[in-house]
Amino acid sequence: MDIKLNDDQLEISRQARRFFENETPMEYVRAMFEDEKGFTDEIWGKMAELGWTAMCIPEAYDGLGLELLDLAVVLEEMGRAVVPGPFFSTVMLGGGGLAEAGSDAQKKEFLPRLAAGEIRGTLALHEPDAGGDLDYVRMEAKAEGGGFVLEGTKVFVPDAHVSDFLVVPALAKDGLTLFLVESGASGLAVSPLPTMDGTRKLCVVEFGGVEVGRDAVLAAPGQGNAPLDRALRRAQVGLCAECVGGAQKAMEVATEYAQVRIQFDQPIGAFQAIKHRCAQMYVEVESARSILYWAAWAQDHAEEEAAMAASVAKAYCSEMFTRTAASAIQVLGGTGFSWEHDIHFYLKRAKANEAALGDPVYHRERIAGLLAG
Amino acid sequence: MDYRFSPEEEAFRQEFISWLDDNLPEGWDPSRYQNYPRDDELAAAYRAFQKRLFDAGYAGMHYPKEYGGQGRGLVHEVIVMQTLANQCLELRIPGVITFGMAAPTILYCGNEEQKSTYIPRILDGTHIWCQGFSEPNAGSDVVNVSTRAVRDGDHYIVNGQKVWTSYAHLADYCILLVRTDPDAKKHRGLSYLLLDMKLPGVEIRPIKQITGDADFNEVYMEDVRVPVSMRVGEEGDGWRIAITTLMFERVLGDATMAAAYERNIERMTQMASRVRRGGKPVIENPVFRQQLAQAYVEVMVLKYHGLRNLSHQLQGGIPGPEGSIGKLLWSEPNQRITEAALAMQGPGGQVMRGSPWSIQDGFWQYAFLRAKGNTIEAGTSEIQRNIIGERVLGLPKDSSRAARQ
Ligand SMILES: Cc1cc2nc3c(=O)[nH]c(=O)nc-3n(C[C@H](O)[C@H](O)[C@H](O)COP(=O)(O)OP(=O)(O)OC[C@H]3O[C@@H](n4cnc5c(N)ncnc54)[C@H](O)[C@@H]3O)c2cc1C
Repeated sequence: MDIKLNDDQLEISRQARRFFENETPMEYVRAMFEDEKGFTDEIWGKMAELGWTAMCIPEAYDGLGLELLDLAVVLEEMGRAVVPGPFFSTVMLGGGGLAEAGSDAQKKEFLPRLAAGEIRGTLALHEPDAGGDLDYVRMEAKAEGGGFVLEGTKVFVPDAHVSDFLVVPALAKDGLTLFLVESGASGLAVSPLPTMDGTRKLCVVEFGGVEVGRDAVLAAPGQGNAPLDRALRRAQVGLCAECVGGAQKAMEVATEYAQVRIQFDQPIGAFQAIKHRCAQMYVEVESARSILYWAAWAQDHAEEEAAMAASVAKAYCSEMFTRTAASAIQVLGGTGFSWEHDIHFYLKRAKANEAALGDPVYHRERIAGLLAG
Repeated sequence: MDYRFSPEEEAFRQEFISWLDDNLPEGWDPSRYQNYPRDDELAAAYRAFQKRLFDAGYAGMHYPKEYGGQGRGLVHEVIVMQTLANQCLELRIPGVITFGMAAPTILYCGNEEQKSTYIPRILDGTHIWCQGFSEPNAGSDVVNVSTRAVRDGDHYIVNGQKVWTSYAHLADYCILLVRTDPDAKKHRGLSYLLLDMKLPGVEIRPIKQITGDADFNEVYMEDVRVPVSMRVGEEGDGWRIAITTLMFERVLGDATMAAAYERNIERMTQMASRVRRGGKPVIENPVFRQQLAQAYVEVMVLKYHGLRNLSHQLQGGIPGPEGSIGKLLWSEPNQRITEAALAMQGPGGQVMRGSPWSIQDGFWQYAFLRAKGNTIEAGTSEIQRNIIGERVLGLPKDSSRAARQ
């Protein structure tokens, strides 16, 4: 048993904290929140240069071949700084889906460029009637000629507007199939949604008879579930890392304010109503971190508990982040309700993360299924 | 990072599990919530079972060999505790304070004679200990202890009253917090004694509790002569000893509770597939499926947070006030979990044990009531949050408590 970050991971963490403090301060977050594209090429390039886009890509495809936990350390810091942009969708969704489902040739074609930060990708999974349910895929893939025709609508697709390719689950005659659709494909229409969290843009993607060839099939008809599930589990854990980092920051902001804000002649942190709120944040953030590490570790080292761990982590960490951010707003009083204070970005990201990749209701249902059948 | 126990440790677990299969008391039925409804019988079963553990080399895995322990380290102790909590928690209950508080205090702070006299008797089940800290006017504010110990040659003469003393009626000894210097600043005037419960002047009166049982007591002491050799540490050092030693054993408590709750989740899952609502098993109801899953989530949080702390301690980390997290993580979820279990039972949740209509032998009815004590015993939730707020996060004390310093 050895449950702590190793020296390399601690170094990655420190490096990431410094980078985000210097390169993506809150002025950047605010600007990108309002910006249509949502990030700058300059920041994207610097992140790729640091090797972060390559972390979990196998060395055979010019990646660094690191573990999910190593990446989680970076994502925790990204969450802490509510970093805007398509890093998560590229690395965890587009990259993750491709790495889990693609053939050697497909991976050779795309992953080295993704690792180098030259292309971006995402996952077009959710359908209008799915709600928070990840298992509901009805979009049809009709076999035609040598290939398939995709017809239907995907919603809440993160960062599709800046992606070079989409991983698309759809139903062929023989079952769930995963496709790789390049964003130039004709019949594909991407439009952004006015979402609450402007730091991670969500889009509607319409497939108006998009024709794809055989070479666009990542997982053959009927073979899509397993790789999709593996990619989703890893992405869910990645999202938990963001949640823990974001909540940590919200807690620090609240606790620092509780020390300095004086009312009734004493720091408000002396009032137990406030002190206990802060203590509760600490309890939840620290225990969520314990669950996060377990879930990240399990994805690479304990296949038998990986599914359970991802769902436990997603249900707990995402709700924890929302509670912590909301509680921090209460500690901050009127200031916390203002646009000027940064805390609202955390609440908004928390709500987005809660809803993404299976909401807590979905994950608890999965847990119940694993416990009781 | 590695969340697994080593192969050697897992082999030890398997070895212990198979030993346990053959060595649980005759007639032991794991499906019953109480195998020993009478607590004198429970105490006798505890002593006999502890002796068996001791003889087989499973008692005090992390205690030094010279005091009857196994000298094998904390991980092995955790494995034993987890296994016992999972399989036969009831049999451990009379030993909770003995192992959780008395033994570590004596081991870390006692003198040679105290260690060699009492630790072996604890490990082999001869002695049960109780904890005499709380008094009518010293609950959360335990430094307010007013039980007096006045020096008389090589004895202290002890007068006063303790309350809520769990298992005092079964115990041989008591770890007793007393005031030796009424003039010193509150916490400096306290000393820590080991009290033989059979001494003249000790009187025990049971207190019936919310569950109907009488696990705890009032303990009255009138001119009780306690030898000075029974003092742990220096005179005036009682408070420091009381708060510091206990932190080291906290990881064991967290691991134990997580293992016991994992068992309860299995119990709950079985219950939910048998109990019906509208003719259908409760487990098919989406609301109760959510509650079952949430219960499981909270147990996993306790488990993996506990393991992370354990690992920290194994690598030489000193446990500090952040240990209060563990107390909150086992007490508050247990209330939510037992509430959910009763909710699943609908009106059937009203039936206590002893009827053909009882569900799972009334386990959850008892557990629901008992859980209400969890957020009070061993430092209330409010006190734990004060500790975290002030000692971990550095928030100021409220003005009245600050003024007292
Ligand atoms: C099942 C059980 C077993 C026990 N076993 C033992 C035992 O074996 N030995 C022993 O010595 N004691 C034992 N106790 C006693 C236990 O330690 C005390 O009950 C506990 O410390 C609280 O003290 P109190 O009951 O006097 O409540 P009080 O301290 O009077 O508290 C009443 C309420 O006020 C709150 N409160 C008090 N101070 C503060 C504060 N500063 N800030 C915010 N809120 C505050 C408390 O949180 C609580 O909600 C046991 C208790 C229970 C329930």
